Amino acid sequence: MEYLSLFVKSIFVDNMIFAYFLGMCSFLAVSKNVKTAAGLGLAVIFVLLVTLPINYLLNTYVLAPDALIEGVDLSFLSFIVFIAVIAAIVQVVEMVVEKFSPELYSSLGIFLPLIAVNCAILGGSLFMQQKDFLNIGEAVVYSLGSGIGWFLAIVSLAAIREKMAYSNVPPALKGLGITFITVGLMGIAFMTFMGISL
Amino acid sequence: MDAKLKETILNPIFKGNPITVLVLGICSSLAVTVTLKGALVMALSVIVVTGISSLILSLLRNTIPGRVRIIVQLVVVAMMVILVDQILKSFEATYAIDKQLSVYIGLIITNCIVMGRIEAFALGNKPWPSFLDGVANGAGYGMILLIVAFFRELLGSGTLFGVDVLGWLGYVPNNLVILPPFALILLGCIVWVQRAIQKDLQEK
Repeated sequence: MEYLSLFVKSIFVDNMIFAYFLGMCSFLAVSKNVKTAAGLGLAVIFVLLVTLPINYLLNTYVLAPDALIEGVDLSFLSFIVFIAVIAAIVQVVEMVVEKFSPELYSSLGIFLPLIAVNCAILGGSLFMQQKDFLNIGEAVVYSLGSGIGWFLAIVSLAAIREKMAYSNVPPALKGLGITFITVGLMGIAFMTFMGISL
Repeated sequence: MDAKLKETILNPIFKGNPITVLVLGICSSLAVTVTLKGALVMALSVIVVTGISSLILSLLRNTIPGRVRIIVQLVVVAMMVILVDQILKSFEATYAIDKQLSVYIGLIITNCIVMGRIEAFALGNKPWPSFLDGVANGAGYGMILLIVAFFRELLGSGTLFGVDVLGWLGYVPNNLVILPPFALILLGCIVWVQRAIQKDLQEK
């Protein structure tokens, strides 16, 4: 039951985009049409699902105070360890996907390598460090939930932007400005989930 | 100071602002704009990180092989961010800096401004202009952060830097402004104003 509530919470209440603005750069750049947005969203779900549990294990058994050697606190190294894990995993994932599924590789295109510098991935690991999960199951559920939340956000923004191409926006607001305001309004809509206690 | 150097410093602050024109580094920025103090700490941290990592990578630019440059950049930037984070942690108690800020300081590593300026400028230019470029881009980012934080703190809490400004007038704080989505709406309005002034930036 706790897993279910953590899952729902990480999708809607703690949504990576609307509650924490993580991964905004690629979110704004790659949301012009639904198909590519969905591709990037899937890649983010996958990379989060792989890197976050690994970083959880590293954090619990290596970096946490007294974890590796009694009396040694390595937590100041967490940024560099997390980003190294993420960069390495993205590289490995890229090679594996290219070898075994060339169709998926060509459909994801340049998004895969770019994910290494997507804030949502590093942000997921840093929030995981703050949340003090009890076991790896919780970390897996949290990573899946946040990935799905990110996916939902980018696909729905892309759908809105596709429709917006036909509307009459003031010239100075066209493109970036109206997109910011749209994301803000979507964020307010997502705020309604905040009152739910699970 | 020659004209080119001056252009390097002034361009990122208004005409080529990293946030409103290049759309870089929005990720880690908006959650810290609830109060002016948080925004100021974040802005200073980003200025330090972009400036010094641009300087270091510009010094190293002839010795880094092209294939591994991303990893080298990440390591240098991560090192700078760790230093900034440790310094902030030591002042956390004295100046009551929000603990949540630590996550966003960590996210400076993946802030596109830092990597973007290193890729686009520092790897092809001499150390001194690269340092200035880094600092100026950090400042352009910080300026937008402070503008957003000014309105959010003033309207959301009726204070500026924690000092009561509107409260004694009987102003009732608007809680919507504190919520994260309002930062985006405000940013949209800033983009609107800037593009109304600078017509060449408008998108077709």
